[in-house]
Amino acid sequence: MEIPYTISTRPDTGLWNAKIGIWLFLASEVMLFGGLFSAYIFLRLDAQPGEWPHGLLNVPVGTMNTAILIMSSVTVVLAWAALKMRRYNAYWWYMLATIMCGVIFLFVKLYYEWPQKFEHYGVFLKPSALEKYEQYLGNNRRTEKGMEPRIEISGHLHNPEAIKDPSIKEYEIGLDPVFVDPNNPTNDRPHFLYVPPTDHIAKIEKEDVERIDSFGPWHSAYFASYFTITGLHGAHVLAGVLVFIYMWLPVSKKLYQRNPEHLANRVEVCGLFWHFVDLVWIFVFPLFYLL
Amino acid sequence: MDASTSLPAAAGHHHPHTHAGEHEHHELGWWRKYIFSTDHKVIGIQYGLCGLVFLFFGFSLMMIMRWQLAYPGQALPVIGKWLPYFFGPNTMPDGKMTPEFYNSLGAMHGTIMIFLGVVPVAFAAFGNFVVPLQIGAPDMTFPKVNAASFWAFGVGGVIMLTSFFVPGGAAKGGWTSYVPLSDIADKGPGFHPFLNGQTLWLVGFIFLITSSLLGAVNFITTIIQLRAKGLTWMRLPFFVWAQFVTAFLLLLAFPPLEAAIVMQLMDRTAATSFFLPAGMIVNGAPLHISGGGSPILWQHLFWFLGHPEVYVLILPAFGIVAEILANNSRKPLWGYKSLVFSVLVIGFLSFIVWAHHMWLTGMGSTVSAFFQTTTLLISIPSVIILSAFFISLWGGSIRFTVPMLWATAFLPMFGIGGLTGIPLAFNSADLYLHDTYYIIAHFHYIVAPGTIFGLFAGIYYWFPKATGRTMNEFWGKVHFWPSLICMNVIFLPMFLQGMLGMHRRWYDGGQGWTLSGEHIWGLTGFQWNTPISWAAWIMGLAQIPFIINFFWSIKHGKKVNDNPWEATTLEWTAPSPPPHGNFVITPVAYRGPYEYSLPGREKDFTMQNEPVEPAERSRRAAEPALAH
Repeated sequence: MEIPYTISTRPDTGLWNAKIGIWLFLASEVMLFGGLFSAYIFLRLDAQPGEWPHGLLNVPVGTMNTAILIMSSVTVVLAWAALKMRRYNAYWWYMLATIMCGVIFLFVKLYYEWPQKFEHYGVFLKPSALEKYEQYLGNNRRTEKGMEPRIEISGHLHNPEAIKDPSIKEYEIGLDPVFVDPNNPTNDRPHFLYVPPTDHIAKIEKEDVERIDSFGPWHSAYFASYFTITGLHGAHVLAGVLVFIYMWLPVSKKLYQRNPEHLANRVEVCGLFWHFVDLVWIFVFPLFYLL
Repeated sequence: MDASTSLPAAAGHHHPHTHAGEHEHHELGWWRKYIFSTDHKVIGIQYGLCGLVFLFFGFSLMMIMRWQLAYPGQALPVIGKWLPYFFGPNTMPDGKMTPEFYNSLGAMHGTIMIFLGVVPVAFAAFGNFVVPLQIGAPDMTFPKVNAASFWAFGVGGVIMLTSFFVPGGAAKGGWTSYVPLSDIADKGPGFHPFLNGQTLWLVGFIFLITSSLLGAVNFITTIIQLRAKGLTWMRLPFFVWAQFVTAFLLLLAFPPLEAAIVMQLMDRTAATSFFLPAGMIVNGAPLHISGGGSPILWQHLFWFLGHPEVYVLILPAFGIVAEILANNSRKPLWGYKSLVFSVLVIGFLSFIVWAHHMWLTGMGSTVSAFFQTTTLLISIPSVIILSAFFISLWGGSIRFTVPMLWATAFLPMFGIGGLTGIPLAFNSADLYLHDTYYIIAHFHYIVAPGTIFGLFAGIYYWFPKATGRTMNEFWGKVHFWPSLICMNVIFLPMFLQGMLGMHRRWYDGGQGWTLSGEHIWGLTGFQWNTPISWAAWIMGLAQIPFIINFFWSIKHGKKVNDNPWEATTLEWTAPSPPPHGNFVITPVAYRGPYEYSLPGREKDFTMQNEPVEPAERSRRAAEPALAH
């Protein structure tokens, strides 16, 4: 028994089976990420003034990763076109390039972007204590200008033992540049380039602190969405890379020799998936890095 | 189709060594043939059997709960002693049910009945077994994906069942798992950080959603690509249309719930606050959370699935009932095109009615007005479908076979369920009826005597195709009549209880609430629990004839030919049971699906693969009503 239209097209629909299958799968994926992005919008609209952080991510690195993913979308098309022209060697190199792009993207995410967050701390102040730390927050000027107040002081935590040890009465925070010079108009908008915490240390008494958390998913609705969405997106990139590796290995060369069109179809289907993963990132990047 | 399957001997008797390697399907061992099969019929039967077992298990959970509702605080006789050995010592000490166990039973009854019982049987089992046969296809387009779908379902089911046995027991937050309760439940001392009821519920769900995604992709692709020659869209049996729309609902409605489930999983394991507002106090201590989340967000995402899910439950039953009504009234289905367009409209509208489950959240009158309107709109195509079914019976020479009994019973039962939903569509009426037994009665009328009756109809109807034998008619009737009576004794009084204001989740059955003492029809609201419970237990007994009949008939039922019901659709042109690859002769369709009692014919049914003869063509040209 053979299933019809696995490789050739059905005349009245003009499609082979897997092509319909992948588009349906992508429709489902749109709804999955659509659900998550709706949650992002819902939570952001719901956020209290000052609660939704801005400018905490490294825009140049994000831009680089965006470029890498877009490039990989181009190389995967070239790989497919090479197969259609029956040039296996070119296919092999383009596929390798695609895989490398995916790997670099994941590497940047896992070894640079994510770990950095866990070393960075935010101290949320009690509303009654905001006045006391006015020199770091600059809220008087912000209120005058009609901007959201700052309720959190962030930076590098110099005494992490303070979190567990009740005998230590204050946190020592190596301030992010914003809090060193809070009234400088250049700090009103998020920095485009990432600036590391300064050596300027602020001592914040524990009794003034509502809560202290690193920039992990537990920090805020913002970081909760950031880690969930980029995590799920990263899982999709990983899945794509694994499938591409399979198609790049010698086992697929055998399929190519038997039926090159079949391999081309597979690459086309997986390429569509890859474009979708790329497209999701095109939404992730502005939502988390820029806006 | 290759040459070997066009021989009748391909049913399994032929010798494998005489064929080349491409026929290695026939050499499969027992495990590959019956357990890890990629054949759509085997997968359909696997889904069906598992789903039926889950249905009975989920019903059994409710039978235990019904004791607590009728006789709150009293020890459950006989089995009450044994249940703690099965579910753990803290569930029923001395045979008396604890509130936590009651909540677990309630949550898992809903989850199991819907996601492990009805959907697998209605969509996956019937869809898998019947759809490829009805469209004249050799199998699904992606047989391996199909098997993966079944096994993802299996893993999800096992995880759900396992959750009964972890410390603290299964999920307790209701089948809707509303937050913030579900975010903070099953946590802390005495609970494992991951192996606890609620977290396992979420993980199990991810597998079930994966399963339905794979199934839905497969169904839609199969229907688009593998229709037999000549089987145009408007010649598809209505059942195929119903499954087609159902597959789209599963494909598009489930992922937002998956998103929500991932978020709840993050809330429970990675300390996020997607659904937790700031300032939560649990057991007297403030939670260390960031806050900033919203419980309403969960409700939106949950009901974005939840409402299309209702149509996932009912549309396959519509399809089954349509086939059986046409076949047993020996008349074409009335208004085929209206039915098709109605089912498409239902599919579309079902995506924009979800917030009618959330009137109590205070969304505001603008949002409420929108969802009130769409909710009433969706009743129009539903009424069209039900009316067309009733009209199909008009003037037919009806044969009351066992499948027909179930199918005809479906009509008024679904009618009651649908019409009692109209008051709930109105914001103002629902404020009073929300979360009362009225709701329970309303949606059970749709799903229990509605959908499940449709499923029984389908099982009795297609059993001969799967086995080559019919189920016993007498015992089928012994199954049908008590089930019909008990269903109504169970659910009709619940409307009354609901209108008294009795809440659906009360542990004591309303005993401790003043208004439950009001009399209606001679009994108080609370006392009505007793006849309801007895009817539920008797209905449990009434399933025994079915179970015995089902298994007995596989080997000993009356042998029948390939088309015992004298039906018209393509599945009846295949041998019973169909061999791997399904058809002896690749079918070609020449006509619509319901050509019963065509004038000028010897037989009162004309199968879809019977060519149109010249004489008939000229008669059709003269009578446009006959032309499809």
